[in-house]
Amino acid sequence: MKHTGLDQGHGRLRGRPVYVVDGTRTPFLKARGKPGPFPASDLAVAAGRALLMRLKLHPDALDQVVLGCVSSGPDEANIARVVALRLGCSEQTPAWTVQRNCASGMQALESAALDIAGGRSELVLAGGVESMSHHPVMLNQVMVAWLGAWSQARSLGARGRALMQLRARHFKPIIALLRGLTDPVNGLSMGQTAEELAERFAIDRTAMDTYAARSHRRLAAAYDAGFMDEIEPLYASDGTVYEHDDGLRPDSSPEILAKLRPVFDRPIGQVTAGNSAQVTDGAATLVLASAEAVARHDLPVLGRIVDSQWAGLDPAQMGLGPVHALAPLMQRHALDTEAIDVWEINEAFAAQVLACCSAWQSTEYCQRELGLQDAFAPIDQARLNVDGGGISLGHPVGASGARITLHALKVMARTAARTGMASLCIGGGQGGALLLERSDEGDSL
Amino acid sequence: MNRHFALEQDTRGIAWLTFDKADSSTNVLSGEVLEGLDQVLVQIAQMHPKGLVIRSGKANGFIAGADVKAFAKVPSAASAEQHIQRVHEIFHRLEALAFPTVAAIDGFCLGGGLELALACDYRVCCNDSATRLGFPEVKLGIFPGYGGTVRSTRLLGDLSALPLMLGGHTVSGRSARRMGLVDLAVPRRQLRSAAVDLIEQRRPPRRAAWYRRLPALAPLRPLVSRVLATQVAKKVRREHYPAPFELLAHWRATAGDESAMYASEAHNVGRLINDATAQNLIRVFMLRDRLKSQGNKADFTPRHVHVIGGGVMGGDIAAWCALRGLRVTLQDRTPGDLTRALQRAHGLFRKKLKDPYAVQAAIDRLMPDHRASGVPNADVVIEAIFEDIEAKQALYAQIEPRMHPDAVLATNTSSIPLEVLSKGLARPGRLVGLHFFNPVAKMPLVEIVHDEHSEASMVARAAAFARHIDKLPLKVRSSPGFLVNRVLMPYLLEAVELVEEGVPAAVIDRAAVRFGMPMGPIELADTVGLDICLSVAEKMSAALDNPVPQRLRVLVDAGDLGRKSGRGFYPWKDGHVVKPTDTAGSALADDDISDRLVLRLINESVACLREGVVEDQDLLDAGVIFGTGFAPFRGGPMHYVHSRGSRELQQRLDELESRFGEHFHADSGWGAVA
Repeated sequence: MKHTGLDQGHGRLRGRPVYVVDGTRTPFLKARGKPGPFPASDLAVAAGRALLMRLKLHPDALDQVVLGCVSSGPDEANIARVVALRLGCSEQTPAWTVQRNCASGMQALESAALDIAGGRSELVLAGGVESMSHHPVMLNQVMVAWLGAWSQARSLGARGRALMQLRARHFKPIIALLRGLTDPVNGLSMGQTAEELAERFAIDRTAMDTYAARSHRRLAAAYDAGFMDEIEPLYASDGTVYEHDDGLRPDSSPEILAKLRPVFDRPIGQVTAGNSAQVTDGAATLVLASAEAVARHDLPVLGRIVDSQWAGLDPAQMGLGPVHALAPLMQRHALDTEAIDVWEINEAFAAQVLACCSAWQSTEYCQRELGLQDAFAPIDQARLNVDGGGISLGHPVGASGARITLHALKVMARTAARTGMASLCIGGGQGGALLLERSDEGDSL
Repeated sequence: MNRHFALEQDTRGIAWLTFDKADSSTNVLSGEVLEGLDQVLVQIAQMHPKGLVIRSGKANGFIAGADVKAFAKVPSAASAEQHIQRVHEIFHRLEALAFPTVAAIDGFCLGGGLELALACDYRVCCNDSATRLGFPEVKLGIFPGYGGTVRSTRLLGDLSALPLMLGGHTVSGRSARRMGLVDLAVPRRQLRSAAVDLIEQRRPPRRAAWYRRLPALAPLRPLVSRVLATQVAKKVRREHYPAPFELLAHWRATAGDESAMYASEAHNVGRLINDATAQNLIRVFMLRDRLKSQGNKADFTPRHVHVIGGGVMGGDIAAWCALRGLRVTLQDRTPGDLTRALQRAHGLFRKKLKDPYAVQAAIDRLMPDHRASGVPNADVVIEAIFEDIEAKQALYAQIEPRMHPDAVLATNTSSIPLEVLSKGLARPGRLVGLHFFNPVAKMPLVEIVHDEHSEASMVARAAAFARHIDKLPLKVRSSPGFLVNRVLMPYLLEAVELVEEGVPAAVIDRAAVRFGMPMGPIELADTVGLDICLSVAEKMSAALDNPVPQRLRVLVDAGDLGRKSGRGFYPWKDGHVVKPTDTAGSALADDDISDRLVLRLINESVACLREGVVEDQDLLDAGVIFGTGFAPFRGGPMHYVHSRGSRELQQRLDELESRFGEHFHADSGWGAVA
């Protein structure tokens, strides 16, 4: 068993090597103002069963299932367990759901990796899922209180009086999706935190729209080149099949994007629906394994998760989370920017990815905020999000962490690269990152 | 104590009688069982328990009914009548016990089993989907004879009880509770407690309210029975299925006088059992068992089926397998080729399963698989692509190396011989035919096609697989049309020939339905699609020397394909045939027409026997009944030959040959038939 180069020994994943066997994801389907065709568990089942089938793994072979999900449906409490049983895992297979907002899918991978590294698991199905179009619409507190009173009202008169108290404000719903995308401590919407970064790093609208158009262009090119085979189609009972990320606009351009109005800070703001991640439904699942499990089940290997890092920062600056998570990983493994062949930094907002790039190479930022002596060398844009990202294909919050990890490994395999980084910013002021490695021997370990 | 019943008394003083028929997987009321029950009832009466609960020791159900196999050996109507009178005595003994009695029903409770339950004071059953109650007797050409007509009308009222017995259908635990057939329908976990509760509560046993017995008043009975008879006549013909009409006559004559009703039950059911119709239907019941025994589930436990071909047949086979609990992958070239099949499958699951959790599980078991990931995982691979030799061979070349060595490779071809398809396989003997019929969800038969090169273990596995998905396997030798299509084709072609001779299509169909076919041949051809008929006929005509009538080609060339195109031999409207009302003007008598149709089918059957396409006459009858719907009350084509006399039929063939041509030439196998 050889893996040259990076050492797991002094990172968070101390212990046995953790292999990523393979992964699949669903197409990411744009939320269109009403519940989409699939609840979250359907999405994860579709991705997971195709993956296990392809790997010739019976679901019973899994030691556990770990899924990240920010908000599952009312019939999907502990959605990982729902998905495990629906996949045909035995009733004895434990399953648990993790939540770290936008990095929930990455948290699931890290949790699975920790168990494998620590010798507690051999073979784990891990990933993330989100059906944002199915996020609940709830009754407000006034209405809940009224309903309580209504259920106490027994007599006709009491009921009449209760009815008389109903006002329009009782019917104002709470849209969980919007609340979830609003910081609970400072009240800023996620888009407003991106506006903060745009002002701080002087990122203008043109830069954002240019970046967004590039994301679409890169994803379209990846489809044309046949690189998107990580996607398994979704089939609905009505006979519709969804084969592709449906938010992709191959004809997008900075000029077209420039016509959109700001949505978060009106009228001055610069963050628009076009240069933000799309609200979407989707799932990504991966199989993680120990060396023993790889050998026992005769599995291929896509790569290795070497190390992980989480970081916290000012919630109003949450978009810079990746910088704070990546820096300690780079230091721990004595890497410079050039050493990383493939970068995936989740595209929550164009302004946010660009701000990360600016902070990364800013001596002032690196010294003051990260306590480093020097800035990092700039990230080569040709290595960053090479097949597009959240802006062109969407950001189903619980799933993205798993998707970018899988996709980084796929790009590494395609380009015969050695090292990769997958990182996301996390609502509430955090960042997360995974350091990935692939050996030259590819799937022969 | 006898070997079918176990008796124990609990600390409350309640006696628990467990019926667990020895040497049998299912509880049926054989003569020995009934005598055993009688003894045990005597014993229980002397124990003076607080109450008695009768339950089943079998996991699959309560009691499936009387011992149908014994009915086939009834020597005379008089002896059948005596047997029934004896059962009446035993059930009276149960009914007369001085303490409360409860039947605790889990799973099926049918026919004689339900009649036993009705002789108890109370009934409690499970409210799950496996629990079904009913009187299937009319399907065997008789009606309930163990006191069922008396006790069900007394309990439910005549207008609830009679339709239950006339239709022969089963009801769920919940509907049984609603109509009053049981006192309680509870979750399985509470079945025992509910039985105890019924004994301890000591409520008066349920009876129909007085006004529900009004239809049994003598002046009303003629009217009521006439109305019900009219309803039955819409579904079955009296001359084919007399039992429901006999039941109404029995009720009309005796309702209101229980002792007369018991006597009439014994007399009439005893008489019906001995009739040809009941004996033939009992024969069909046993032929079903014979087919079941062609596959041994213990031989093979398939868990995963991979189906290739998302067309109607492939898609429906995949859906059926998933419905029956198997993991299924369905492959076609692109995701778009699979959507139609999935839509149909999900519709089938919703219709058949109803329970949303069960529907979800079935949907999850059926995985669309355009990447063919399922091939190495499958225990059975079924190819159901279009009928093209090269395409099939190319497909096998791709999948055979990826398949598990023990997995069955099967084709659903209906026209290409196995030895042609298996050319080029590394192991030609592993290819077998699994020939399903359309519509898959309705047709119970699957032909298991083999030839002299077939590996015996693969044939056995294929037959076992059919049993695991609740289909009836029939082993047939690979030859053109196998059995079912081969005997059906001359019958259909003869019908087209009659049309060409100027006989109106509706007259032909009427004659066939009068014979007892579920649908006339012309309507059947229109329903199947004339293009499909033509293609099968052409493929078989070369091998079997059946000329294809010109009329069929003309219609297909004109685009009149039958139901799917809106016009074939008949005009079709919204999927329903429009038959002309005026059917006069045929020079041929109905008997001549039906003989011409049926004798072609029978003559071909004889040829199949001669060639050894199936093993014996019973299997041939079974295959033709379950594969084509051939008049079940006639017991199958070969049985029909024997009941009409093989010599007489040969003479009839000779006569038809001289009148209508040499396609009526008696097959050389007739000599061996007698």
